[in-house]
Amino acid sequence: MYPVNYHRAASVADAAKLLKTGDAKLLSGGMTLIPAMKTRLAAPSDLVDLSRIKELQGVKVSGKTVTIGAATTHHDVASDEKLNKACPALAHMASRIGDPAVRYKGTIGGSIANNDPAADYPAALLALDATVVTNKREIAADAFFTGLFETALEDGEIVTAVTFTAPAKAAYEKFRNPASRYAIVGVFVANGADGVRVAVTGAGDSGVFRSKEIEAALATNFDAAALNGVKVPANDLMSDIHASADYRANLIVVMAKRAVAAANA
Amino acid sequence: MSEISLTVNGKRVSGAAEDRTLLVHFLRENLGLTGTHVGCDTSQCGACVIHVDGKAVKSCTMLAVQASGSSVVTIEGLADGADLHPMQAAFKEHHGLQCGFCTPGMIMAATDMVNRHPEGLDEATVRAELEGNICRCTGYHNIVKAILAASETMSSKGKDKQAA
Repeated sequence: MYPVNYHRAASVADAAKLLKTGDAKLLSGGMTLIPAMKTRLAAPSDLVDLSRIKELQGVKVSGKTVTIGAATTHHDVASDEKLNKACPALAHMASRIGDPAVRYKGTIGGSIANNDPAADYPAALLALDATVVTNKREIAADAFFTGLFETALEDGEIVTAVTFTAPAKAAYEKFRNPASRYAIVGVFVANGADGVRVAVTGAGDSGVFRSKEIEAALATNFDAAALNGVKVPANDLMSDIHASADYRANLIVVMAKRAVAAANA
Repeated sequence: MSEISLTVNGKRVSGAAEDRTLLVHFLRENLGLTGTHVGCDTSQCGACVIHVDGKAVKSCTMLAVQASGSSVVTIEGLADGADLHPMQAAFKEHHGLQCGFCTPGMIMAATDMVNRHPEGLDEATVRAELEGNICRCTGYHNIVKAILAASETMSSKGKDKQAA
């Protein structure tokens, strides 16, 4: 790791100020950034640690509105009792990210700001039609995830929370790489007041995306059987040593069926 | 450089270290606590698991300066003098180690697992939650047995030394 200067931010305003130092980066759980710095894939001059800012932590549920602070860890999302009642699909998804030690550190804000094409949270936010709240504005999930490791965040912008309306039914299913345990394909389905939304992670050439084909098939019949015969085009899917685009296209439908079955269970 | 102060195994310690120093290196090189191991150095294997503020984390994926002000427990802090912690005793009793390299991380992850499941553990849960700890000798079988046994002892004693 190259030398770096560490700063612990006391508040979001403090973090915004510190972020102007040199080529600074925000540090939350550090489960991606620190490994990237160790391999010198990232070499910020300064780190601004957000993890001790109280205002960024915790899950709030008010009626059907769920708000999760950006520095809330996967462990805290997975074990939040109110969330387990309001949107068990999201809590369950968080309980399957990485391993227990990673879940104690990794945060929802860090995950979405990094927008790894195989991360789980981007699929959840897109399917839940969530809003990303920053220190400057609110961004709809549809506009937030813009490409591989790319988001709509501007320089100096800090994710402070994620908010969404809990859907009547939702579930997430993923097919994991047996070694890295990242999703080769992950599908989040949500059946809410505004219809069915289905988001796919791990597979898209430009990161997380919504599957029109699966959404259309489920719109009138939210049942796994409605997906029989549905084909997802492989054109914009990734091909790598783990899985070809065609294989991923098939897996998307399989994971979507499992997710719908789980949501209806 | 930063001045790092923290509580390690109940003792206040401090030392100067570069901000890029990983917590595992601070423990091993500055404090001489070499029980915590560096295995893969890529957050996969769990040989470096310690408890920071009561939570099992991978000390190869955290900067020492991030832990400043925190309370840390390492494998050296588990035993009560000559009396092994129930988890250590169970690993010995059930032959939960061969070469022993992964053992400190396994034991720290396992004590956290027991603390996280006051309702008790079953084999499937133990296996699922060992996802972040790799052992290349034992095939996990006796590790799982040891954790299940220690979980019984720890809950029956009730007052066992919790990770701080």
